Amino acid sequence: MTASHSPAFELSGLRHRYGARTVLNIPRLSIPRGETLGVIGPSGAGKSTLLRLLQGLERPSEGTIEMDGARMPHPLPLPVARRITTVFQRPLMLDRTVRDNVLFGLRVRGRSDRGPAGPLLERLGLAHLATAPARRLSGGEAQRVALARAMAIEPDVLLLDEPAANLDPANVARVEAFIRDAQGRGTTIVLVTHNTHEARRLSHRTLLLIEGCVVETGPTAAFFETPAEASTRAFLAGELVY
Amino acid sequence: MWLTFQVTGLALVIATAVGVPVGAVVGLTHFPGRRLVTLLLYTGMGLPPVVVGLVVYMMLSRSGPLGSLDWLFTPPAMIVAQTVIAFPLVAALTMSAVEGVDPDLRLQVRALGATRWQTGWTVLREARIGLTAAIVAAFGGIISEVGAVMLVGGNVEGQTRVLTTAIVLSTRQGDFALAMALGIVLLLLALGANAVLLQLQGRAR
Repeated sequence: MTASHSPAFELSGLRHRYGARTVLNIPRLSIPRGETLGVIGPSGAGKSTLLRLLQGLERPSEGTIEMDGARMPHPLPLPVARRITTVFQRPLMLDRTVRDNVLFGLRVRGRSDRGPAGPLLERLGLAHLATAPARRLSGGEAQRVALARAMAIEPDVLLLDEPAANLDPANVARVEAFIRDAQGRGTTIVLVTHNTHEARRLSHRTLLLIEGCVVETGPTAAFFETPAEASTRAFLAGELVY
Repeated sequence: MWLTFQVTGLALVIATAVGVPVGAVVGLTHFPGRRLVTLLLYTGMGLPPVVVGLVVYMMLSRSGPLGSLDWLFTPPAMIVAQTVIAFPLVAALTMSAVEGVDPDLRLQVRALGATRWQTGWTVLREARIGLTAAIVAAFGGIISEVGAVMLVGGNVEGQTRVLTTAIVLSTRQGDFALAMALGIVLLLLALGANAVLLQLQGRAR
């Protein structure tokens, strides 16, 4: 895994609230371009909220997010928004074929060809379902189609929310190989996962969020082998930290 | 029969062309007064046709604000009345249909790079079963309607007599056989039009 060090994202004084409840509080965070940041933490820690803010789907209550040195306005200008995509934890399929779902991102960009749909579905073990109605897929199949749908547009920034949850080991391997391909192309990735093993395998750096706050962040090897914070050690040991 | 088809068809096209975008905007966006607009649309679904006919009559009568159009007792007046009846049905049912699409789908579509228009269009496409139901409901509401077209059309033979008003006239004259025959034609027309709409819905899937 390689990564350059100029920041893709700089978060400063970021706070996000739903009503009176603060769900995210990140005083400062830098995500270098081409890096994969693994974000781990218990449910309700603010991991998915962080992705929604980076995707520009919500405006932060306070603070700023800069992308490539420029402050991200809300709503995002289309050229900026189109450099980022998210694979959601609960991917929803459009009521059309699997192939048309994969090509959706290209269609909205005005491309009418079949593009990379075939090879993408082939690699994810879904080629035989290309013309099947996407709404009839199982959860695991839909998850892989959502990944193919995101990869088809070759984004600069890929936000992944539990991309391998509910997959069997063979398909986890397929999805992780896919993510490694994106890393090889220099894609900046933020990987939200409950699976610490997955974060360890795929991330350059890892960040632990608990109750919206960054407990610890650092290079993945050091984070897992010599965590500085007691809460991190407890979380990695599987203890209840919230 | 041809006049019935023309009047109802044109009213349905106009009500759909205006009602679907209005319903989509109300269903997909938040703006001040949205609840009031929703209330008005739902109320409009239950408008008594004869009251619509009366209001359109007054608007188009010589002393009314649109009297200069000289549309009273002509097919355009009937189209206006039927459009007013159909519009809230199309708009309110479109609103319900787009509200029934998972809001997360809109976020996911936007995250794939869709513009606001593309997102709206995609949601409408996802809601197409509900949209078809809206159009079918509006069609059913106006093809069987008699009060408004009788008032503003005048039931003039060869000019503004449609199937429903012809049935009323035949019944009043005691010609039940003709009234029944016209009723069957009306039913067949409704059956055929709904079959076409359902076919279109199936093709869109």
